[in-house]
Amino acid sequence: MTVEFDSSPAFAGFAHPERLVSTEWLAEHLADPGLVIVESDEDVLLYEVGHIPGAVKVDWHTELNDPVTRDYLDGKGFAALLSAKGISRDSTVVFYGDKSNWWAAYALWVFTLFGHEDVRLLDGGRAKWESEGREMTTEKPRRDTTDYPVVERDDTTVRAFREDVLDHLGAPLIDVRSPEEYRGERTTAPAYPEEGALRAGHIPTARNVPWSRAAAEDGTFRGRDELEAIYRGEAGVAESEPVIAYCRIGERSSHTWFVLTHLLGQENVRNYDGSWTEWGSAVRVPIARGDEPGEAPAPR
Amino acid sequence: MTSELPAALSEIREEFLALSGQDRLQLLLEFANELPELPARFADDPALTERVVECQAPVYIAIEVDDAGVHMHATAPREAPTTRGFASILSQGLDGLSAQEVLAIPADFPLSLGLTELISPLRLNGMSGMLSRAQRLTVEKSK
Repeated sequence: MTVEFDSSPAFAGFAHPERLVSTEWLAEHLADPGLVIVESDEDVLLYEVGHIPGAVKVDWHTELNDPVTRDYLDGKGFAALLSAKGISRDSTVVFYGDKSNWWAAYALWVFTLFGHEDVRLLDGGRAKWESEGREMTTEKPRRDTTDYPVVERDDTTVRAFREDVLDHLGAPLIDVRSPEEYRGERTTAPAYPEEGALRAGHIPTARNVPWSRAAAEDGTFRGRDELEAIYRGEAGVAESEPVIAYCRIGERSSHTWFVLTHLLGQENVRNYDGSWTEWGSAVRVPIARGDEPGEAPAPR
Repeated sequence: MTSELPAALSEIREEFLALSGQDRLQLLLEFANELPELPARFADDPALTERVVECQAPVYIAIEVDDAGVHMHATAPREAPTTRGFASILSQGLDGLSAQEVLAIPADFPLSLGLTELISPLRLNGMSGMLSRAQRLTVEKSK
């Protein structure tokens, strides 16, 4: 059962407007059968402070990751998680969260690895909903558990590994971190602790387009024309080319993956979730520093 | 070495360890809600507080040392409850300790609360940063 799409004119220019919902739309559809709202935040306690009525929490750190190996949960784990959350294979899932939907986009991307069909993002995220004075509650919803099927994770379509990136060098690669991280002045976003990588810089040939450039002041996505100018114009991503995006651990680049895939309609966009915490610590991978993308090393 | 932990911090740790998984997060939320407002004398003069840059959220702490011992004050935004929770634990746990006792708190105290599987390492780093800054400020204020 598919919940109707948000037909706001604001979204009409996007390649896949059905992937976005506005706060107005969500406020009117809170009780729709077949709709599940998922909150995913950087701050793991934020949901408990108050959330959109009916929303369930998905914790990126404890629920989407494998507890031991650096990887996502497997098909069985995903089925168990979604069954417990009361999400069915045909549910419409609307994601939202803090930090302009970084983590919400990340959760949406993980759901995509398992081919969950109807995933949408709340434009503007938690901050917009709150700033409009819309209803929040601390009451946790009681959803009946479901019987979500075991679907094997597809790591070939929207996910890239280090080897894929090495083979990809020379083709469009987008580094969505801050300019300071890109230039190699630091390994984490400004105001974040230094952590996680032994070398600073960027993957040679990567263009730096900080993820936040896709967002307007209020956290909503910029319009199609502005996004085209940034990604096709400045970053030079042609429509037909495969693209890989990366950041520090793959969360900010999920946001850019969403923009390229669903708003601009780019085919073949992959998120390199190993990102800088892997690349910046790996032995003998090429690294470039400074403002220039740098040259691709000779093919392996 | 854990036996050297001051009583208040030790009690807080026992409270956490007595609970399981999600209940520990709930307890952290209770601490977050208990964090008092920054006293006006600090709020009015930003130079008196220090930013904890190890935390993602804008968090500022201040240390006072008087006859009753060390006092820690902190402020963090409402949309950063995890950070508020950490600040509240330290503020309650440090209050009234002697400077020496504050300096003796082991640096890995934040890792001993049973939260490592619930909270990302980046966030726990934030709490460690808060503790080490509180200790350094205690030295400065005790001179």
